Amino acid sequence: MTVLERMRGPTQLNNASLYDWDELVHEDRVHRLIYTDPAVFDAEMNHIFGGTWVYLAHESQIPNPNDFVTGKLGLRPLIITRDSEGVIRALFNRCTHRGTTLCRWTKGNTRSFQCPYHGWNFLNTGKLRGVPWPEGYAENLVRDPKYNLAQLPRVESYRGFIFGTLNASAAPIEKHLGPIKKPIDEWLDRNPGGKVTVCEANRFKYKGNWKLAYDNSGDGYHVIYSHQSLLETENRFKDENAAKGMAYYKREPDEQPMYIQYMGNGHHFKDKRPNLEKCAGGLWAIESLHPGMEHVAEKLRSRLGERAESILDLAGSEPVNINVFPNLSLLGNHIQVFQPVSFEETDAIWYGTKIDDVDGTLGADVLNDINALRMRTQEGFPNFGEVDDITNFEQIQRGLRCTEDEWIYMNRGLGIPGRIRTLDDGTIKGPATDELFMREYIREWKRLMKAEPDIAIRREP
Amino acid sequence: MTIQTNHDPSRFSYYVTDDFYSELVNDFSDWQTEERTITDPVERDRFRQLVEREARILDNLLFEDWLKLFAPECAYWVPSTPEAGDPRHEIAVMFDDRRRLEDRVFRLRTGYAWSQAPSSRTSRLVANVEVFESQTHEQRMVRSNFVINEFWDSEIRVLAGWTGHRFRRIEGTWKISAKQVNLLNCDQCIRNPSIIL
Repeated sequence: MTVLERMRGPTQLNNASLYDWDELVHEDRVHRLIYTDPAVFDAEMNHIFGGTWVYLAHESQIPNPNDFVTGKLGLRPLIITRDSEGVIRALFNRCTHRGTTLCRWTKGNTRSFQCPYHGWNFLNTGKLRGVPWPEGYAENLVRDPKYNLAQLPRVESYRGFIFGTLNASAAPIEKHLGPIKKPIDEWLDRNPGGKVTVCEANRFKYKGNWKLAYDNSGDGYHVIYSHQSLLETENRFKDENAAKGMAYYKREPDEQPMYIQYMGNGHHFKDKRPNLEKCAGGLWAIESLHPGMEHVAEKLRSRLGERAESILDLAGSEPVNINVFPNLSLLGNHIQVFQPVSFEETDAIWYGTKIDDVDGTLGADVLNDINALRMRTQEGFPNFGEVDDITNFEQIQRGLRCTEDEWIYMNRGLGIPGRIRTLDDGTIKGPATDELFMREYIREWKRLMKAEPDIAIRREP
Repeated sequence: MTIQTNHDPSRFSYYVTDDFYSELVNDFSDWQTEERTITDPVERDRFRQLVEREARILDNLLFEDWLKLFAPECAYWVPSTPEAGDPRHEIAVMFDDRRRLEDRVFRLRTGYAWSQAPSSRTSRLVANVEVFESQTHEQRMVRSNFVINEFWDSEIRVLAGWTGHRFRRIEGTWKISAKQVNLLNCDQCIRNPSIIL
């Protein structure tokens, strides 16, 4: 049946002895080396981007049999495909002959992949179909499983989000997600039919460690400063009734109903929804100004009356940050993916999403208008907000070149009685600007770096 | 009078309609053809001068002057795929109407746009300028190639690609009614894409 292979080779990859991780990660601070040491990065590619579940792609990117997209698990190039039988697989994009990448396109539809180097041909199940001039081999290659493509031993989806891991003993994805499933469900279920389709993206690269982006993903403390240009821009018309965007951060953010919640296994959730009045149109009212807004709002209101408000909310940016360790962040209407490139280089891709009108509640015209508007609202933050964040990430990486100044602090909110509460389900909740999520996820990071993951690859028998 | 004020495209976005998008997609489809090429040197030079002037204004960070080159109802569009696609169905690297274009300039002027603090210095080369006829005598399509040398954060990098300008003659003056900037690496991860292209 399933053929699992475990690496016997280079023992230095089992780097439990690389550092005493307790020396690098304290309760209130972390050592600069976790961001600056290439050896730590190499270990992460095994222990984190290998040893735990990592987001790979969204099912809407490969809706039909034989669809594929290319992606990565850490630095490993992957082909994520839905095979002819509908099974989603994550194949190593690596010919078993000489190691060449098989597929150089980012997406497409094919039943098989032919290596551009010597012409070895593989089915999208990973099985070797044939090689040129097979009589030149002493054995019949297609009969030996070792020539079938390596693939991740575990690929599982949760409501369209495809995750994969090399850890053959990992808990099922639903169990691994645990409490973070609830905000994911709510994020999806605000749309008709509870579905989204992934579309194009705003794609960023920064010269900094991948964890700088994850550190930032739930950070309510940086908003009014790092994003001051955005806040001023979206509120530049002073005669506006409602303050736009994240302006609510300006008013004593820790006194407001929004909160940060640690959800276990490195996942965390920033929920800003409680700040808004729970009424139809509430989200739309604070959406900053984007192309086509007034036109679509006027059109929908005249056609649909009061019902228009809740539909306009679907183009508004949902005020949540749902962060799934180590590389996925649902925020606004985006699916953001963090992709490590080196210890000091990271890609951050903000995939847009559009609504599927699964049960026809909106109708084609309204759906088109809302989705067109949704494209424009989603371009806002990447253009006017993310650029400033990634600049600050790069400048952190530079600052950390000061080798003698060893520590980075994540102690905001720590040690203040009554500020942080552990709930019955084990999740931990605190005020919006607290760094409790950083302390908790880095604790999980440390646990994974100490652990010996059951790393394996699989081949078709 | 109120209605007039409310539809000021610098303040409100009523003109970005389905028809506006359709016309934009249509104007930027299959337009670079031999039949539509304008060979008259006077006219070619007029538009070459306009795109060179625009490049100089941007190199000199005169963003307010740059806005004046645009028609009141306009689009600034940096597609996220080489095929450009339809902005109604896809996220663009940038897609601004008049108001968001002014937002873009406003943000750079706040003093808090950390991605442009200090500002990039640029030297833009514009070449291979070709002018094409459009549906009316009041509209021209212009293709040019660009190389932007950008000095930022102690190094020089190159942004390259081609631009499609849609010019419209408004009260006797040629204004940019749409600018489509096609970066060679539009579908790749880009470091600090914060300058105006």
